[in-house]
Amino acid sequence: MSARHQASDQNLRIAIRDLNFYYGKFHAIKNVSMDIQSNKVTAFIGPSGCGKSTLLRTFNRLHELYPQNRATGQILLDGRNVLDSKVDPTLLRARVGMVFQKPTPFPMSIYDNIAFGVKLYERLNARQMDERVEWALTKAALWNEVKDKLNQSGNGLSGGQQQRLCIARCIAIRPEVILLDEPCSALDPISTAHIEELVHDLKSDYTVVIVTHNMQQAARVSDYTAYMYLGELIEFDETDKIFTKPTQKATEDYITGKFG
Amino acid sequence: MHHATASAKKVYRARRRTNAINMTMSAMGMCFGLFWLAWIMITLVSYGFAALDWTLLTQSTPPPGSNGGLANAIVGSLLMAGTATLIGTPVGVLAGTYLAEYGRRGWLAPATRFINDILLSAPSIVLGLFVYTVYVARVGHFSGLAGALALSLIVVPVVVRTTDDMLKLVPDSLREAAIALGAPKWKMIALVSYRAARTGIATGVLLAVARISGETAPLLFTALNNQFMSRDMNAPMANLPVVIFQFAMSPYDDWHRIAWGGAILITLSVLGINILARVLFRQNNS
Repeated sequence: MSARHQASDQNLRIAIRDLNFYYGKFHAIKNVSMDIQSNKVTAFIGPSGCGKSTLLRTFNRLHELYPQNRATGQILLDGRNVLDSKVDPTLLRARVGMVFQKPTPFPMSIYDNIAFGVKLYERLNARQMDERVEWALTKAALWNEVKDKLNQSGNGLSGGQQQRLCIARCIAIRPEVILLDEPCSALDPISTAHIEELVHDLKSDYTVVIVTHNMQQAARVSDYTAYMYLGELIEFDETDKIFTKPTQKATEDYITGKFG
Repeated sequence: MHHATASAKKVYRARRRTNAINMTMSAMGMCFGLFWLAWIMITLVSYGFAALDWTLLTQSTPPPGSNGGLANAIVGSLLMAGTATLIGTPVGVLAGTYLAEYGRRGWLAPATRFINDILLSAPSIVLGLFVYTVYVARVGHFSGLAGALALSLIVVPVVVRTTDDMLKLVPDSLREAAIALGAPKWKMIALVSYRAARTGIATGVLLAVARISGETAPLLFTALNNQFMSRDMNAPMANLPVVIFQFAMSPYDDWHRIAWGGAILITLSVLGINILARVLFRQNNS
């Protein structure tokens, strides 16, 4: 049946159990349960307002920034419920990194953009920091383009480069899970292709969850796809199955473009 | 069809006429305003530059009938404006930070913002009287420190307002990105928000300095004046605006000349500060 039942426990990275989410009184996510596998790319698709970004933002408890937001249920990261108030959100965010829809380079040099996050957790000497910055930028496929201008502002890069800088910044603190919230929606097709390649490379080291508006993108980059509609998880399975023989009529209608 | 174009032409002519009337009236309004400004500037420049010389900058205010300059007043003004900025900037930046970063909900921030806006437009003589009552009258003498305190009360609301406004221009996505990396809120503010808003905040501080460098009323009851060169913040202190005020009121021609010199000095420094602020701000935006 669905993928979560086939998963062996050692590949299970994030287990979502009966998650409900409220924006004030609005019930934005309804009883969602799913399992997210280690070293795979899981995509959340669905029309605007279906709750896919909201769901993603509970994984690192970013929703807590806004007091009217409330999540109930469990998100088990390696067996520990991250929604538990005893879990330190800053340490959680070191393990679960996030990249946003619009590139968000900090108003500082390319080098400092990467070093910023690293300094929050580790005390590295100058040489170690140089290595870490190079490593992260290389991983994000940006090193060759910026290695001669590390001291220039991150704002001077193109949109696609900025987004890869944000991915490098996220990788630099060595998370286990990377959350990508529509990372290509503000980018041109060539930059999008770069990011998609990168997502593909990242899964060997990280568990990647990507929210996307673009069904072709989900089909191209993900191993598992979750289709959400009006806050409910309609169908969740291997991407191939979702796109070739979905079990739900609603999923089929959406992916064939009958609606959405 | 023919009828339609005729009425369209009529409407068009009426619009052109209204436009011409409005343009003439606004141009006349602008000329009226500029006329006085130009008159003031021409008078200031012609009298002021005539008074500008080396003795104006190097000698202290003279008794009537002898040579002198504004050295003590320049030093006093710089000391008091500097102290006021040093006191007012941290208070203003921290309060503005509270308003923009912490006080997003609840009633305290909107109430503070409202009171700050009142303070921003409070007559400066009220601030001088306030410092007179709570400080000068208690310690029993006028002092440069009292003057600096009164000026800092002008600096604070300006800096609060600009810090608040500039931090609000920093997109929340940047804050979320810092938080998502695991930064605690104070680091997010200190390392990301401030950095994004720093030239805006610096511009606000500069404009506050420009604002206080010409203020006379708050100093009349606080720093008073001093005929002699003094760097003692605990004693009455000479300053350009009050010297201009006293010398301009006097019957002596050479005192009038010095007062014009002081006026041009203040005008030029305010001009300089404003240019600096604009250059800073433009650099940030490009």
